[in-house]
Amino acid sequence: MVRAAVPRRLTWRVATVVDTRQETSSARTLVLDVPDWPGHLPGQHVDVRLTAEDGYTAQRSYSIASAWPSDDGGQVELTIQRLEDGEVSPYLADVVAKGDQIELRGPVGGWFVWREKQPAPVLLIAGGSGVVPLMAMIRARGLARGRQPFRLIYSVRTPEDVCFADELRRRVRDDPGLDVHFVYTRKAPEGSPVPPKRIDVAAVNSHGWPPDFQPDCFVCGPTSFVETAADILVALGHDPKRIRTERFGGA
Amino acid sequence: MGIISRGFGGRRRDSSPDLPPGQYLTHDFPVLSAGPTPRIPLDRWSFSIVTETGEKHSWNWDEFTALPAEEITVDIHCVTKWSKLGTGWKGVSLDTLFEDVESAADYAMAHSVGGYTTNVPVEDLLDGKAWIAYEFDGEPLHPEHGGPARLLIPHLYFWKSAKWVNGLRMMPEDEPGFWEAAGYHMYGDPWSEQRYHGD
Repeated sequence: MVRAAVPRRLTWRVATVVDTRQETSSARTLVLDVPDWPGHLPGQHVDVRLTAEDGYTAQRSYSIASAWPSDDGGQVELTIQRLEDGEVSPYLADVVAKGDQIELRGPVGGWFVWREKQPAPVLLIAGGSGVVPLMAMIRARGLARGRQPFRLIYSVRTPEDVCFADELRRRVRDDPGLDVHFVYTRKAPEGSPVPPKRIDVAAVNSHGWPPDFQPDCFVCGPTSFVETAADILVALGHDPKRIRTERFGGA
Repeated sequence: MGIISRGFGGRRRDSSPDLPPGQYLTHDFPVLSAGPTPRIPLDRWSFSIVTETGEKHSWNWDEFTALPAEEITVDIHCVTKWSKLGTGWKGVSLDTLFEDVESAADYAMAHSVGGYTTNVPVEDLLDGKAWIAYEFDGEPLHPEHGGPARLLIPHLYFWKSAKWVNGLRMMPEDEPGFWEAAGYHMYGDPWSEQRYHGD
Protein backbone atom coordinates (compact mmCIF):
# COMPACT_ATOMS: atom_id res chain seq x y z
CA MET A 1 0.00 0.00 0.00
CA VAL A 2 0.97 3.60 -0.36
CA ARG A 3 3.07 5.19 2.33
CA ALA A 4 1.67 8.56 3.12
CA ALA A 5 3.93 11.36 2.04
CA VAL A 6 4.25 14.38 4.26
CA PRO A 7 1.02 16.20 3.54
CA ARG A 8 1.53 19.63 2.12
CA ARG A 9 -0.89 21.95 0.55
CA LEU A 10 -1.04 21.94 -3.19
CA THR A 11 -1.10 25.53 -4.32
CA TRP A 12 -1.72 26.85 -7.80
CA ARG A 13 1.55 27.84 -9.45
CA VAL A 14 2.11 29.91 -12.54
CA ALA A 15 3.90 27.94 -15.24
CA THR A 16 5.52 29.66 -18.23
CA VAL A 17 5.78 27.88 -21.56
CA VAL A 18 9.47 28.00 -22.47
CA ASP A 19 9.35 25.61 -25.42
CA THR A 20 6.98 23.40 -27.39
CA ARG A 21 7.67 20.23 -29.39
CA GLN A 22 5.29 18.70 -31.88
CA GLU A 23 5.27 14.94 -31.14
CA THR A 24 2.67 13.85 -33.70
CA SER A 25 0.04 15.67 -35.76
CA SER A 26 -2.25 15.60 -32.71
CA ALA A 27 0.13 15.64 -29.75
CA ARG A 28 2.42 18.37 -28.51
CA THR A 29 4.83 18.66 -25.62
CA LEU A 30 4.85 21.81 -23.51
CA VAL A 31 8.09 22.53 -21.68
CA LEU A 32 7.11 24.55 -18.62
CA ASP A 33 9.16 26.61 -16.25
CA VAL A 34 7.56 26.32 -12.83
CA PRO A 35 9.33 28.37 -10.15
CA ASP A 36 9.83 26.46 -6.88
CA TRP A 37 8.58 23.21 -8.36
CA PRO A 38 8.95 20.65 -5.52
CA GLY A 39 9.84 17.81 -7.89
CA HIS A 40 7.76 14.76 -8.78
CA LEU A 41 7.83 11.01 -9.23
CA PRO A 42 7.41 9.41 -12.66
CA GLY A 43 3.74 8.59 -13.19
CA GLN A 44 2.34 11.54 -11.27
CA HIS A 45 0.12 14.15 -12.84
CA VAL A 46 -0.77 17.80 -12.46
CA ASP A 47 -4.02 19.71 -12.53
CA VAL A 48 -4.03 22.45 -15.14
CA ARG A 49 -6.29 25.49 -14.83
CA LEU A 50 -7.05 27.84 -17.70
CA THR A 51 -8.79 31.17 -17.19
CA ALA A 52 -10.56 33.10 -19.96
CA GLU A 53 -10.61 36.89 -20.02
CA ASP A 54 -14.04 37.05 -18.41
CA GLY A 55 -12.95 34.82 -15.52
CA TYR A 56 -14.40 31.54 -16.82
CA THR A 57 -12.11 28.70 -15.79
CA ALA A 58 -11.62 25.09 -16.83
CA GLN A 59 -9.51 22.44 -15.13
CA ARG A 60 -8.13 19.12 -16.37
CA SER A 61 -5.54 16.61 -15.19
CA TYR A 62 -2.49 15.75 -17.32
CA SER A 63 0.28 13.25 -16.73
CA ILE A 64 3.80 14.59 -16.42
CA ALA A 65 6.01 13.34 -19.26
CA SER A 66 9.38 14.37 -17.88
CA ALA A 67 11.49 12.84 -15.14
CA TRP A 68 12.75 14.93 -12.27
CA PRO A 69 15.19 16.56 -12.20
CA SER A 70 14.73 17.00 -15.93
CA ASP A 71 17.74 16.80 -18.23
CA ASP A 72 17.83 20.56 -18.57
CA GLY A 73 17.05 21.43 -14.96
CA GLY A 74 13.90 22.65 -13.19
CA GLN A 75 11.29 22.12 -15.85
CA VAL A 76 8.09 20.15 -16.15
CA GLU A 77 6.97 18.68 -19.46
CA LEU A 78 3.39 17.82 -20.35
CA THR A 79 2.55 15.98 -23.57
CA ILE A 80 -1.01 16.73 -24.58
CA GLN A 81 -3.04 14.76 -27.08
CA ARG A 82 -5.70 16.87 -28.80
CA LEU A 83 -9.21 15.52 -28.31
CA GLU A 84 -11.32 16.86 -31.17
CA ASP A 85 -14.31 17.75 -29.00
CA GLY A 86 -12.21 18.67 -26.00
CA GLU A 87 -12.39 22.01 -24.25
CA VAL A 88 -8.87 22.25 -22.87
CA SER A 89 -6.68 19.91 -24.94
CA PRO A 90 -7.09 21.79 -28.27
CA TYR A 91 -5.87 24.96 -26.56
CA LEU A 92 -2.84 23.23 -25.04
CA ALA A 93 -2.05 21.22 -28.19
CA ASP A 94 -2.53 24.02 -30.75
CA VAL A 95 -2.89 27.52 -29.31
CA VAL A 96 -0.66 28.14 -26.32
CA ALA A 97 2.76 29.48 -27.34
CA LYS A 98 6.19 30.18 -25.95
CA GLY A 99 5.97 32.86 -23.27
CA ASP A 100 2.32 32.16 -22.40
CA GLN A 101 1.35 31.22 -18.88
CA ILE A 102 -0.96 28.58 -17.48
CA GLU A 103 -1.66 27.58 -13.91
CA LEU A 104 -0.98 24.17 -12.48
CA ARG A 105 -0.84 22.41 -9.18
CA GLY A 106 0.72 19.18 -8.18
CA PRO A 107 2.32 16.79 -8.31
CA VAL A 108 -0.68 14.53 -7.65
CA GLY A 109 -0.81 10.78 -7.19
CA GLY A 110 1.18 8.27 -5.19
CA TRP A 111 -0.01 4.95 -6.57
CA PHE A 112 0.66 4.96 -10.30
CA VAL A 113 4.33 5.79 -9.80
CA TRP A 114 7.59 3.95 -10.33
CA ARG A 115 10.19 4.36 -7.64
CA GLU A 116 13.79 3.75 -8.62
CA LYS A 117 14.40 1.77 -5.42
CA GLN A 118 12.00 -0.95 -6.61
CA PRO A 119 14.28 -3.72 -7.90
CA ALA A 120 11.60 -5.67 -9.80
CA PRO A 121 11.57 -5.77 -13.60
CA VAL A 122 8.97 -3.44 -15.05
CA LEU A 123 6.36 -3.96 -17.74
CA LEU A 124 4.80 -0.83 -19.19
CA ILE A 125 1.72 -1.15 -21.40
CA ALA A 126 0.57 2.01 -23.17
CA GLY A 127 -2.51 2.69 -25.23
CA GLY A 128 -2.14 5.86 -27.31
CA SER A 129 -1.47 8.90 -25.14
CA GLY A 130 -1.29 6.54 -22.17
CA VAL A 131 2.40 6.39 -23.03
CA VAL A 132 3.00 9.76 -21.35
CA PRO A 133 3.35 8.75 -17.67
CA LEU A 134 5.16 5.57 -18.77
CA MET A 135 7.66 7.69 -20.71
CA ALA A 136 8.30 9.58 -17.49
CA MET A 137 9.20 6.24 -15.89
CA ILE A 138 11.54 5.32 -18.76
CA ARG A 139 13.20 8.72 -18.49
CA ALA A 140 13.50 8.43 -14.70
CA ARG A 141 15.16 5.05 -15.05
CA GLY A 142 17.61 6.54 -17.53
CA LEU A 143 18.33 9.44 -15.23
CA ALA A 144 18.93 7.15 -12.24
CA ARG A 145 20.92 4.74 -14.42
CA GLY A 146 18.56 2.09 -13.13
CA ARG A 147 19.37 -1.49 -13.98
CA GLN A 148 15.85 -2.84 -13.60
CA PRO A 149 14.91 -4.34 -16.97
CA PHE A 150 12.09 -2.37 -18.59
CA ARG A 151 9.77 -3.48 -21.34
CA LEU A 152 7.26 -1.19 -23.02
CA ILE A 153 4.39 -2.49 -25.13
CA TYR A 154 3.01 0.55 -26.94
CA SER A 155 -0.26 0.30 -28.83
CA VAL A 156 -0.92 2.98 -31.47
CA ARG A 157 -3.17 3.29 -34.50
CA THR A 158 -0.43 3.99 -37.06
CA PRO A 159 3.35 4.56 -37.07
CA GLU A 160 2.64 8.31 -37.42
CA ASP A 161 0.88 8.29 -34.03
CA VAL A 162 3.96 7.25 -32.06
CA CYS A 163 4.96 9.86 -29.50
CA PHE A 164 8.65 10.20 -28.57
CA ALA A 165 9.58 7.95 -31.53
CA ASP A 166 13.16 9.20 -31.98
CA GLU A 167 13.88 9.24 -28.27
CA LEU A 168 12.53 5.71 -27.80
CA ARG A 169 14.66 4.48 -30.72
CA ARG A 170 17.74 6.12 -29.24
CA ARG A 171 17.11 4.80 -25.76
CA VAL A 172 16.55 1.24 -26.98
CA ARG A 173 19.72 1.44 -29.07
CA ASP A 174 21.85 2.71 -26.17
CA ASP A 175 20.32 0.72 -23.33
CA PRO A 176 20.29 -3.09 -23.33
CA GLY A 177 17.89 -3.03 -20.37
CA LEU A 178 15.08 -1.38 -22.32
CA ASP A 179 12.87 -3.03 -24.95
CA VAL A 180 9.98 -1.49 -26.85
CA HIS A 181 7.40 -3.42 -28.83
CA PHE A 182 4.81 -1.59 -30.93
CA VAL A 183 1.30 -2.87 -31.54
CA TYR A 184 -0.28 -1.14 -34.55
CA THR A 185 -4.05 -1.30 -34.54
CA ARG A 186 -4.92 0.31 -37.91
CA LYS A 187 -1.84 0.53 -40.09
CA ALA A 188 1.45 -1.31 -39.66
CA PRO A 189 4.73 0.08 -40.99
CA GLU A 190 5.89 -0.84 -44.51
CA GLY A 191 7.16 -4.40 -44.62
CA SER A 192 5.78 -5.34 -41.23
CA PRO A 193 5.46 -9.11 -40.87
CA VAL A 194 2.19 -8.80 -38.94
CA PRO A 195 -1.03 -7.11 -40.05
CA PRO A 196 -2.57 -4.42 -37.80
CA LYS A 197 -4.33 -5.84 -34.77
CA ARG A 198 -5.29 -4.90 -31.26
CA ILE A 199 -3.24 -5.88 -28.23
CA ASP A 200 -3.80 -9.54 -27.43
CA VAL A 201 -2.56 -12.38 -25.24
CA ALA A 202 0.16 -13.26 -27.75
CA ALA A 203 1.63 -9.75 -27.74
CA VAL A 204 1.70 -9.51 -23.95
CA ASN A 205 2.98 -13.06 -23.59
CA SER A 206 5.79 -12.59 -26.14
CA HIS A 207 6.85 -9.06 -25.26
CA GLY A 208 6.07 -8.79 -21.56
CA TRP A 209 7.69 -10.62 -18.64
CA PRO A 210 6.71 -14.06 -17.39
CA PRO A 211 4.57 -13.77 -14.24
CA ASP A 212 7.16 -15.70 -12.19
CA PHE A 213 9.59 -12.79 -12.69
CA GLN A 214 7.08 -10.86 -10.55
CA PRO A 215 7.34 -7.68 -12.60
CA ASP A 216 5.67 -4.45 -11.61
CA CYS A 217 3.11 -3.74 -14.32
CA PHE A 218 1.87 -0.28 -15.24
CA VAL A 219 -0.98 -0.01 -17.72
CA CYS A 220 -2.23 3.34 -19.01
CA GLY A 221 -4.60 4.34 -21.77
CA PRO A 222 -8.28 4.61 -22.63
CA THR A 223 -10.63 2.62 -20.43
CA SER A 224 -11.38 -0.23 -22.84
CA PHE A 225 -7.70 -0.68 -23.65
CA VAL A 226 -6.72 -0.78 -19.98
CA GLU A 227 -9.50 -3.25 -19.18
CA THR A 228 -8.29 -5.54 -21.97
CA ALA A 229 -4.60 -5.30 -21.11
CA ALA A 230 -5.15 -5.76 -17.36
CA ASP A 231 -7.43 -8.75 -18.01
CA ILE A 232 -4.72 -10.31 -20.20
CA LEU A 233 -2.11 -9.83 -17.46
CA VAL A 234 -4.38 -11.44 -14.86
CA ALA A 235 -5.18 -14.30 -17.24
CA LEU A 236 -1.46 -14.89 -17.84
CA GLY A 237 -0.98 -15.29 -14.09
CA HIS A 238 0.26 -11.89 -12.99
CA ASP A 239 -0.60 -10.95 -9.42
CA PRO A 240 -3.41 -8.34 -9.60
CA LYS A 241 -1.71 -6.48 -6.74
CA ARG A 242 1.31 -5.84 -8.95
CA ILE A 243 -0.78 -4.40 -11.78
CA ARG A 244 -1.26 -0.67 -11.51
CA THR A 245 -3.65 0.99 -13.89
CA GLU A 246 -4.50 4.47 -14.95
CA ARG A 247 -7.46 4.99 -17.22
CA PHE A 248 -8.04 8.11 -19.26
CA GLY A 249 -11.66 9.13 -19.25
CA GLY A 250 -13.65 12.18 -20.23
CA ALA A 251 -12.68 14.90 -22.66
CA MET B 1 -9.08 34.86 -10.09
CA GLY B 2 -6.21 33.09 -11.79
CA ILE B 3 -3.97 34.44 -14.50
CA ILE B 4 -5.53 34.85 -17.93
CA SER B 5 -4.53 32.20 -20.46
CA ARG B 6 -4.09 34.18 -23.68
CA GLY B 7 -6.49 33.00 -26.35
CA PHE B 8 -8.45 30.63 -24.15
CA GLY B 9 -12.19 31.04 -24.57
CA GLY B 10 -13.56 27.82 -23.17
CA ARG B 11 -16.62 25.98 -24.34
CA ARG B 12 -19.10 27.15 -21.73
CA ARG B 13 -21.16 24.13 -22.65
CA ASP B 14 -20.64 22.95 -19.12
CA SER B 15 -22.12 25.85 -17.24
CA SER B 16 -24.75 24.39 -14.98
CA PRO B 17 -25.70 25.30 -11.42
CA ASP B 18 -25.45 21.57 -10.68
CA LEU B 19 -21.74 21.51 -11.50
CA PRO B 20 -19.32 21.91 -8.56
CA PRO B 21 -16.29 24.19 -9.01
CA GLY B 22 -13.59 22.87 -11.34
CA GLN B 23 -15.80 20.13 -12.82
CA TYR B 24 -16.99 19.60 -16.39
CA LEU B 25 -19.90 17.58 -17.73
CA THR B 26 -19.44 14.22 -19.35
CA HIS B 27 -22.12 12.10 -20.97
CA ASP B 28 -20.23 8.86 -20.99
CA PHE B 29 -19.26 7.03 -17.82
CA PRO B 30 -15.48 6.98 -17.45
CA VAL B 31 -13.89 4.20 -15.45
CA LEU B 32 -11.13 4.95 -12.97
CA SER B 33 -9.59 2.21 -10.89
CA ALA B 34 -6.17 1.58 -9.46
CA GLY B 35 -5.85 -1.97 -10.75
CA PRO B 36 -7.46 -4.75 -12.76
CA THR B 37 -11.21 -5.22 -12.58
CA PRO B 38 -12.14 -8.15 -10.33
CA ARG B 39 -14.91 -10.50 -11.46
CA ILE B 40 -16.85 -11.57 -8.38
CA PRO B 41 -19.25 -14.52 -8.71
CA LEU B 42 -22.57 -13.80 -6.98
CA ASP B 43 -22.40 -17.05 -4.99
CA ARG B 44 -19.13 -15.84 -3.47
CA TRP B 45 -20.32 -12.28 -2.84
CA SER B 46 -20.90 -11.00 0.68
CA PHE B 47 -21.16 -7.68 2.45
CA SER B 48 -20.50 -7.18 6.12
CA ILE B 49 -20.44 -4.43 8.72
CA VAL B 50 -17.96 -5.01 11.56
CA THR B 51 -18.43 -2.81 14.62
CA GLU B 52 -15.73 -1.41 16.89
CA THR B 53 -16.47 -4.26 19.33
CA GLY B 54 -15.90 -6.87 16.62
CA GLU B 55 -19.56 -7.73 16.11
CA LYS B 56 -20.16 -8.76 12.51
CA HIS B 57 -23.33 -8.37 10.44
CA SER B 58 -23.17 -10.16 7.10
CA TRP B 59 -25.37 -10.58 4.05
CA ASN B 60 -24.93 -12.90 1.10
CA TRP B 61 -26.21 -11.91 -2.35
CA ASP B 62 -29.67 -13.44 -1.92
CA GLU B 63 -30.13 -11.95 1.54
CA PHE B 64 -28.86 -8.61 0.34
CA THR B 65 -31.06 -8.32 -2.74
CA ALA B 66 -34.07 -9.39 -0.67
CA LEU B 67 -33.70 -6.23 1.43
CA PRO B 68 -35.88 -3.25 0.56
CA ALA B 69 -34.14 -1.33 -2.23
CA GLU B 70 -34.48 2.24 -3.44
CA GLU B 71 -34.23 3.71 -6.90
CA ILE B 72 -32.37 6.99 -6.87
CA THR B 73 -31.30 9.59 -9.39
CA VAL B 74 -28.18 11.49 -8.37
CA ASP B 75 -25.34 13.60 -9.75
CA ILE B 76 -21.83 12.14 -9.42
CA HIS B 77 -18.54 14.04 -9.33
CA CYS B 78 -15.12 12.47 -9.92
CA VAL B 79 -12.02 14.18 -8.53
CA THR B 80 -10.46 13.83 -12.00
CA LYS B 81 -12.87 16.64 -12.98
CA TRP B 82 -15.75 14.90 -14.74
CA SER B 83 -19.28 15.10 -13.45
CA LYS B 84 -22.28 13.17 -14.65
CA LEU B 85 -25.73 14.48 -13.86
CA GLY B 86 -28.93 12.54 -13.30
CA THR B 87 -27.50 9.03 -13.03
CA GLY B 88 -29.99 6.31 -12.08
CA TRP B 89 -29.15 3.62 -9.55
CA LYS B 90 -30.87 0.95 -7.50
CA GLY B 91 -29.50 -0.09 -4.17
CA VAL B 92 -29.97 -0.69 -0.48
CA SER B 93 -29.81 2.37 1.76
CA LEU B 94 -27.15 2.24 4.46
CA ASP B 95 -29.96 3.23 6.86
CA THR B 96 -31.50 -0.19 6.17
CA LEU B 97 -28.19 -2.00 6.71
CA PHE B 98 -27.45 -0.15 9.96
CA GLU B 99 -30.90 -0.83 11.49
CA ASP B 100 -29.66 -3.61 13.78
CA VAL B 101 -26.05 -2.47 14.10
CA GLU B 102 -24.93 -1.23 17.52
CA SER B 103 -22.10 1.20 17.03
CA ALA B 104 -20.96 4.46 18.54
CA ALA B 105 -18.14 4.94 16.03
CA ASP B 106 -17.98 8.21 14.14
CA TYR B 107 -16.11 6.83 11.13
CA ALA B 108 -16.19 3.83 8.85
CA MET B 109 -13.58 2.34 6.53
CA ALA B 110 -15.08 0.86 3.38
CA HIS B 111 -13.24 -2.24 2.17
CA SER B 112 -13.30 -3.67 -1.33
CA VAL B 113 -12.30 -6.86 -3.09
CA GLY B 114 -8.74 -6.25 -4.29
CA GLY B 115 -7.70 -4.31 -1.19
CA TYR B 116 -9.07 -0.83 -1.88
CA THR B 117 -10.17 1.18 1.16
CA THR B 118 -11.71 4.60 1.73
CA ASN B 119 -12.74 6.36 4.94
CA VAL B 120 -16.13 8.03 5.48
CA PRO B 121 -17.73 9.73 8.49
CA VAL B 122 -20.75 7.71 9.65
CA GLU B 123 -23.01 10.75 9.41
CA ASP B 124 -22.31 10.82 5.66
CA LEU B 125 -23.53 7.23 5.35
CA LEU B 126 -26.86 7.69 7.15
CA ASP B 127 -30.10 9.65 6.68
CA GLY B 128 -30.62 8.79 3.04
CA LYS B 129 -27.18 9.92 1.89
CA ALA B 130 -25.58 6.60 0.89
CA TRP B 131 -26.42 3.23 -0.65
CA ILE B 132 -24.88 -0.06 -1.65
CA ALA B 133 -25.89 0.06 -5.31
CA TYR B 134 -26.22 -3.00 -7.53
CA GLU B 135 -28.02 -1.62 -10.59
CA PHE B 136 -27.13 1.25 -12.92
CA ASP B 137 -29.60 2.48 -15.57
CA GLY B 138 -31.84 -0.49 -14.84
CA GLU B 139 -29.09 -3.04 -15.55
CA PRO B 140 -26.96 -5.09 -13.17
CA LEU B 141 -23.91 -3.01 -12.30
CA HIS B 142 -21.03 -3.92 -14.65
CA PRO B 143 -17.77 -5.13 -13.07
CA GLU B 144 -15.78 -2.17 -14.43
CA HIS B 145 -18.17 0.18 -12.65
CA GLY B 146 -17.83 -1.74 -9.40
CA GLY B 147 -20.36 -4.53 -9.83
CA PRO B 148 -21.84 -6.68 -8.41
CA ALA B 149 -22.23 -3.85 -5.89
CA ARG B 150 -20.54 -0.61 -4.98
CA LEU B 151 -20.85 2.00 -2.30
CA LEU B 152 -22.67 5.11 -3.58
CA ILE B 153 -22.13 8.37 -1.70
CA PRO B 154 -22.99 10.93 -4.36
CA HIS B 155 -22.44 14.03 -2.23
CA LEU B 156 -18.70 13.26 -1.92
CA TYR B 157 -16.10 12.87 -4.70
CA PHE B 158 -16.64 9.55 -6.38
CA TRP B 159 -13.49 7.84 -5.06
CA LYS B 160 -15.43 7.56 -1.78
CA SER B 161 -18.04 5.44 -3.60
CA ALA B 162 -15.90 2.31 -3.33
CA LYS B 163 -16.25 -0.18 -6.17
CA TRP B 164 -16.57 -3.92 -5.42
CA VAL B 165 -17.32 -3.02 -1.82
CA ASN B 166 -17.49 -5.97 0.54
CA GLY B 167 -17.61 -4.39 3.95
CA LEU B 168 -17.55 -1.48 6.34
CA ARG B 169 -15.34 -1.48 9.41
CA MET B 170 -16.44 0.95 12.11
CA MET B 171 -13.68 3.17 13.51
CA PRO B 172 -13.72 5.43 16.58
CA GLU B 173 -11.08 7.66 14.94
CA ASP B 174 -10.70 8.82 11.35
CA GLU B 175 -8.00 6.99 9.39
CA PRO B 176 -6.91 7.51 5.78
CA GLY B 177 -7.89 4.94 3.16
CA PHE B 178 -6.09 4.17 -0.10
CA TRP B 179 -6.25 7.51 -1.94
CA GLU B 180 -6.38 9.54 1.26
CA ALA B 181 -2.96 8.11 2.23
CA ALA B 182 -1.71 9.16 -1.21
CA GLY B 183 -2.45 12.84 -0.81
CA TYR B 184 -6.17 13.05 -1.45
CA HIS B 185 -8.52 14.86 0.91
CA MET B 186 -9.79 13.01 3.99
CA TYR B 187 -13.41 14.13 3.38
CA GLY B 188 -13.77 15.09 -0.29
CA ASP B 189 -16.64 17.56 -0.61
CA PRO B 190 -16.92 18.54 -4.30
CA TRP B 191 -18.72 21.81 -3.52
CA SER B 192 -15.78 22.97 -1.38
CA GLU B 193 -13.38 21.51 -3.95
CA GLN B 194 -11.67 19.30 -1.35
CA ARG B 195 -9.55 17.35 -3.82
CA TYR B 196 -6.18 17.07 -2.06
CA HIS B 197 -4.67 17.41 1.39
CA GLY B 198 -5.18 20.87 2.73
CA ASP B 199 -7.84 21.96 0.21
